[in-house]
Amino acid sequence: MKNFATLIKQLDSSNKTSVKVEALTAYFCTASPEDKVWTIAILSHRRPPRPVNTTLLRIWANELANIPMWLFEESYHIVGDLAETIALIIPASNQHSDKSLSEFLQEIIQLKKKTDDEKRSYLQKNWLTLNYYERFVFTKLITGSFRIGVSQKLMTRALAKAENLDEDILAYKLMGNWDPNKISFQELVLDEKSSDYLSKPYPFYLAYPIDGEVSNLGNVEDWAVEHKWDGIRSQTIIRDNQLFVWSRGEELVTDKYPEFQSFIHVIPSGTVIDAEILVFANNNIGTFNDLQARIGRKTVSANLLKNNPVILKAYDLLEWQGEDIRNQPYEHRRLLLEALYKNIQHHNIPFHLSERKTCNSWQEVENERMLAREMRSEGLMLKRKDSTYQVGRKKGSWWKWKLEPLVIDAVLTYAMRGSGRRTNLFTDYTFALWQNNENGERELVTFAKAYSGLTDAEFRKVDNFIKKNTIDKFGPVRSVKPQLVFEIGFEGISLSKRHKSGIATRFPRIMRWRQDKKIEEANTIDDLKDMIV
Amino acid sequence: MIPLLAFNDNGIYCEQANVYLDPWKPVKNAIITHGHADHSRWGHQNYMTHISNVPIIKHRLGDINVTGKEWNESFTINNVKFSLHPAGHIIGSSQIRVEYKGEVWVFTGDYKTEDDGVSVPYEVVKCNTFITECTFGLPAFKWTPQAEVMCNINNWWAENKADKKTSILFGYSLGKAQRLLKHLDANIGTIYTHGAIENMTNIIRPMVELPPTTLITRETKKEDLLGNIVLAPPSAHGSTWIRKMTPFVTGTASGWMAFRGARRRRAIDKGFVLSDHCDWFALLESIKATGAEKIICTHGYTEVFSRYLRELGYDARTEKTQYEGELTENEKVADSEII
Repeated sequence: MKNFATLIKQLDSSNKTSVKVEALTAYFCTASPEDKVWTIAILSHRRPPRPVNTTLLRIWANELANIPMWLFEESYHIVGDLAETIALIIPASNQHSDKSLSEFLQEIIQLKKKTDDEKRSYLQKNWLTLNYYERFVFTKLITGSFRIGVSQKLMTRALAKAENLDEDILAYKLMGNWDPNKISFQELVLDEKSSDYLSKPYPFYLAYPIDGEVSNLGNVEDWAVEHKWDGIRSQTIIRDNQLFVWSRGEELVTDKYPEFQSFIHVIPSGTVIDAEILVFANNNIGTFNDLQARIGRKTVSANLLKNNPVILKAYDLLEWQGEDIRNQPYEHRRLLLEALYKNIQHHNIPFHLSERKTCNSWQEVENERMLAREMRSEGLMLKRKDSTYQVGRKKGSWWKWKLEPLVIDAVLTYAMRGSGRRTNLFTDYTFALWQNNENGERELVTFAKAYSGLTDAEFRKVDNFIKKNTIDKFGPVRSVKPQLVFEIGFEGISLSKRHKSGIATRFPRIMRWRQDKKIEEANTIDDLKDMIV
Repeated sequence: MIPLLAFNDNGIYCEQANVYLDPWKPVKNAIITHGHADHSRWGHQNYMTHISNVPIIKHRLGDINVTGKEWNESFTINNVKFSLHPAGHIIGSSQIRVEYKGEVWVFTGDYKTEDDGVSVPYEVVKCNTFITECTFGLPAFKWTPQAEVMCNINNWWAENKADKKTSILFGYSLGKAQRLLKHLDANIGTIYTHGAIENMTNIIRPMVELPPTTLITRETKKEDLLGNIVLAPPSAHGSTWIRKMTPFVTGTASGWMAFRGARRRRAIDKGFVLSDHCDWFALLESIKATGAEKIICTHGYTEVFSRYLRELGYDARTEKTQYEGELTENEKVADSEII
C-alpha cells in the first residue's frame, strides 16, 4: 500500500501532465505484477463492489475521532470528500502496515460477506495502522470514485512507456470486461494478439474556433460548409468484419452503441469513418441531454435503445478499401463518403450523411449559421476543400463557427460549496430573474444554476462576498443578499413544468460578472420567455 | 449592564475607556493586536500596540500616531486596566487583556500556541471572557510540528536543486515569510526574495536574527536562480514575474494546504501544511487553559466551533467581525501590497 499511496500523493500534488506520467511510469517500473493489475483496474474505474455503506463508515470513523456526529457532518460539508474527511479526523497512529495494495483489495472483496461487527473491527484496526495518506487511499478504495485527475489515457501512456508497448494497442487491450482478481499482468498487458491491431484508430483532427471575420478566410468557393453537430465525435472502424467505435477521448465505446453492429453487413471491411454520434428519434435530432443518457451507461437497456436511439452522422472518410486516405484532399474523401452513403442508403441502418451546404457568398454562409438552432446544430464547420486530414488541433484548414450563446442578466440568490478543487469555496450558484407576483410586487424567481465561467480570482471574490452576506443557511445551501449581477449564457431554452420559473435552459454558464449593474437592472422572466423561438 | 467589550459597526468597543480593539472603521483610539491588514487598518487618530509591531504598522500605514507598549506593561484609561500579552501569531502579535472592576476579558486577535522561533511564544492569560479566533476550528485541522514541516520544505528545496530547478515558495509577506526564512537551510543555496517580502523582512531584521536574503531585481538572471529558493507572496502566483523564472517548482505553506481541493485549486506543485493559527486541539486547549466561562468566536468556522463549545458546557457565542484569518490570504496580499 505504501508505494501506491505515494503514487496517489504524487499524482495529487501536481497539475502537470508530464509529472503525472513520470510518476506513473516510475510506479509501473517497480510495482509487483499483482499491484500493477489492480492499479490499472482502479485507474480505469474497475473497483470491487463497495463492502460497507457510507452511513456505517461515517459512524465507525467517528467513533475513533470521538466527536459528535453533527460535527463530523459539518466537517464533511466543508472538506467536500468523505474519504478525505475520514482520513483527516481519525487520530494519527504510530503503527504501520506493510500489506500490499493487492492484499488490501483481496481483504476488501472478502469484507462484503462479513458481519457488521467484523467489518467495524477490520476498518478501525486498519485506519489506525495507516498514515494519513494511506488512510485516505484505503478509504477511497472502499467508498468509490477515485478522481485524482488521471484519465485512463494518461495511465495507458505511462504503462506503455514503462513496458515499452504501443499506446493505442495497449488501450485496446485494457478495454472490455476483465476481472483484476482473475487476470494476470502477463495476460492483460504483455501477451501479443494479432487482433490488437485491428481496432487501431487514427488520431482525430480538431478544429479551432474562428477568430475575426469569416470573410478573411478568402474565397468562399474554397470552403466546404457543414453544420456542427452537438453529439459525440467518434471514429467508426470496420475491419475484418468487426466493428470498433472510438470516442474522441480515444476510449473504445463499441459496446455502448449496439445499433452500429448492423454496419458490419453493409459497409465493406477496410473502412474508417469520422462522424458524430447523435440521438435521433421521431425523425428529429435529439438534444445533448438525450445523448447523455447513453454516454453514462455501460449496459444498454432495451428501453433506453427504444427511447434514445442513436445514429452516426458521417462527415469524413479516413480509410477506404483498407487504404489510409487521410492525405487525399477533403473534396476527394467526401466524394468517396457520399458514394458510399448512396450505395447503402436503402439499407435500414442508423447511418446518416452530414450534408454539405452550397454557399455562394460569405453572406449565405452567415445565413446558414443563423439556421443552426432550427437545425439542432451548434453552428457551422468550415473545411478547406483541398485540406488533408491532419493530426490533433491545427489552425488553418478547419474552423468551427459556433452560434453566440443566448444571454440574460440575473441576480445571484443562493450558493453552495463546490467539491474537488473548489472544496470550501462557494462556487455553485443559483440565479434569479424578476417577476411580478399576484400582488403586483416585483420579486426574484430562480431560473438556473451555473458553476462555470468565472476565473479563480473572481470565484474567490464572490466566495468572500457570500461568506460576508449570507442571509440564511439550509444545510449546505446559503441564501445570499441579492446584490451581485451576472450575465448568464445558455445554448437553448424551452418551457418546463419542473422549473419554478416555467423555463429550462441548456448548459447555463456565467459569461461575466456585471459589476456595472445594480440588481434592479437585471432581466425579467418575461424577457427570458421572449427568447423562446 | 453594558458589557466591558461590545461589538459595534466600527469594531470591538470598550465604552468605559472609549477605546476600540482592532477596529475596522476609523476611530479615535485603537489598540492593535498585530500588523496584518485586517487587524491594523488605516485612519485611526491614535494607535497603541506592542513595541515590536510599531515599525511594522508604520511601514504599512505610513505616518501614524502610534505608542508602543511592552508585554505585561499595564496602562489605565478611565479606570480600565489594559495590557498586551504574546499571541505567538507573528512577530509583535499580542492578545489584549482588559480589566475593569475585577472582571477580565481577553481578545486574542490571531494566535497560535506552537513556538515558531520568530515571534514571542503564546502566553496563557486567565480571564472570565475569552474572545477567540477560530480560523481552523474544525476537527479536520491538525498540524504536524514545525520542525517536521520545515524538514520537508528543506528536503523539497534540495530535491529541486538536484533537478536543476528553482524553488518558489509562497507565504504571506508579513509573518509567514520570516518564519519560513528563519528555518530554511541556507546551506542548500541562496534565498532570494520578492520586493514585498524583502521590504518587510528588513523592517523585522533588527528584532530577529534571520538568514541573509537577496532581492530579485531586473538585473537578476534566471540562471542565477537555478537551484536556489525564491520567497514570494501568494499574489505573485501566476504572474509574469514568476513565469520568467522557468524552470521552477512552486510550493505554498498554509493551513489550507491540509485540504486536497485547496492545493489543486491553487495550481501549486507542493502544499506544506504550516499555519500561524491554532489547529483544532490547540484552540480547545488554550480556551480551557484561560479558565474562561464565556467564549466569543470572532472569525473562522465560528458557528460550528461555538456550537461544539456549548456542548462542552461553555457559554459560547459568535460575533460578526471583519477579520479574515488565513481565509482570504491571497486577496489580503493583493489589496495591501504593491511593491
